[in-house]
Amino acid sequence: MTRWLPTLLLTLAPAAVADTRSFVDRPDLPAEAVQSGSAFLTAETRALQADDFANPGYLWVERGRELFGSGEKACSSCHQADTLAGAAAHYPQYDAAAGALLNLEARINRCRQSHQALPPLAYEAEELLALTAYVATLSQGQAITVAIGGAAAPYFQQGRAYYFQRRGQLNLACNQCHDDHWGKQLRGDTISQGQPNAWPAYRLEWQTFGSLHRRIRDCDAGVRAEPQASGSEIYTSLELYLAWRARGLSLESPGIRR
Amino acid sequence: MAETLRRREFLAHGAALFSVALVPVAAATPGEVELELAGLFGDRPILPGRVTLEIPPISENGYSVPLSVEVESPMTVEDHVTRIVLFAEENPQPNIARFELGPRAGRARVQTRIRLGGSQKVRAIAELSDGSLWSTETFSIVTLAACIIQ
Amino acid sequence: MSTTIRIAAPKQASRGEVLELKALIRHPMETGYRRDLYGKQIPENILTRFECLYNGERVFAGELFRAIAADPFLTFYTVALESGTLEFRWVGQDGQRYSESVELEVL
Repeated sequence: MTRWLPTLLLTLAPAAVADTRSFVDRPDLPAEAVQSGSAFLTAETRALQADDFANPGYLWVERGRELFGSGEKACSSCHQADTLAGAAAHYPQYDAAAGALLNLEARINRCRQSHQALPPLAYEAEELLALTAYVATLSQGQAITVAIGGAAAPYFQQGRAYYFQRRGQLNLACNQCHDDHWGKQLRGDTISQGQPNAWPAYRLEWQTFGSLHRRIRDCDAGVRAEPQASGSEIYTSLELYLAWRARGLSLESPGIRR
Repeated sequence: MAETLRRREFLAHGAALFSVALVPVAAATPGEVELELAGLFGDRPILPGRVTLEIPPISENGYSVPLSVEVESPMTVEDHVTRIVLFAEENPQPNIARFELGPRAGRARVQTRIRLGGSQKVRAIAELSDGSLWSTETFSIVTLAACIIQ
Repeated sequence: MSTTIRIAAPKQASRGEVLELKALIRHPMETGYRRDLYGKQIPENILTRFECLYNGERVFAGELFRAIAADPFLTFYTVALESGTLEFRWVGQDGQRYSESVELEVL
């Protein structure tokens, strides 16, 4: 920690000192500036993501394809795979029946409970990752577009507030890295915009496949804040803000990320 | 455990949270590779050449570094590559892999993805069917990630 | 997971052609150096060997160590001789054996 903390503070200090505005006054990342996290990876890592054989994320996608078509009441008995093309690009989404904001993982679990008489899968369970990856892959290349009005509005505001709220022992908000300093070097990394369009993704640091919420937990831990629960309302709300912020970006799952 | 760590627990275990593998594990000692080589090939001389080893000069992550090794050989019954061994001298354990080939391979080329516990030299040694040994080495820089807890 | 290997191999080839074969295996290749959330060491768990047999004859093999990345990926070659089976075998550190085969037609 002692090795990178000074670097981080040095990088972020000017913004930290100058900016005393509260989050509600902070501007969102302009739509024309939006770039996928792929833009901040090395050519080798981008090539691995683009290789639909070598990309290890496809191990989960293929497992998801098997799960989608198996069981007493398979997902495929209601959904033809091609009818789900584009679906994942519109999540998180408010669901009136559930009375809640659902991301793709939560939608799959709702389906299991209400239509398949199956218990919900634990967040980060291999099967849930696999199913989410498979359904997300059906929307590969589609532009992310989420609804933030109506019943989704309070979630959106809550997620946006989380994004701009300083937190943790380092007292940093998401925007201080991902809006104000993207593209700059932080040790060996280039700071990305924190875009959600490649998730679920294979993260090299984890040496495995994981969810966006797991990634956000690492961000919170990185600023020495208490990570929230994966699948929690607050992270799903943040996911909605991130998806709106990423509007127009192509869905890339299964991505490869550092 | 519950998904949410309580504050005290989190602070206590913060250092372990990222499970970073490139951690304080002793690197192999310089003599270790020589010992391995002596065990594999005795005191036969190892000559430079014939082997091409490709690794990106800079890797943004040491957990998955693409590696390609190829040996110049007609790969016939009379003249072929029998083994290719790979070492990363600064890894806690220097062995990467030992590939066994023969004339049925047709081409003496292998690609894989490896772990490098820091910037270092990677060596490839090929054994040919006539017993001769050929080698090359290449240096790879592994950069440090920003948000890791060490 | 039941999907434990992905194999890329041509279904057809002409005699004498050099074929590129690829395998991607789902496996953590746990080094034994990592610690979990609570600081407890995660035990070593690696694949130690991979082989490819062409109609029963070994055409490629590799002894693998901890420095092979998680979810091992291998590309190698073989010469198309006759129609038959390409069998991919891999072995865990405690001797667990796995195998998957694909058919090859040589014209």
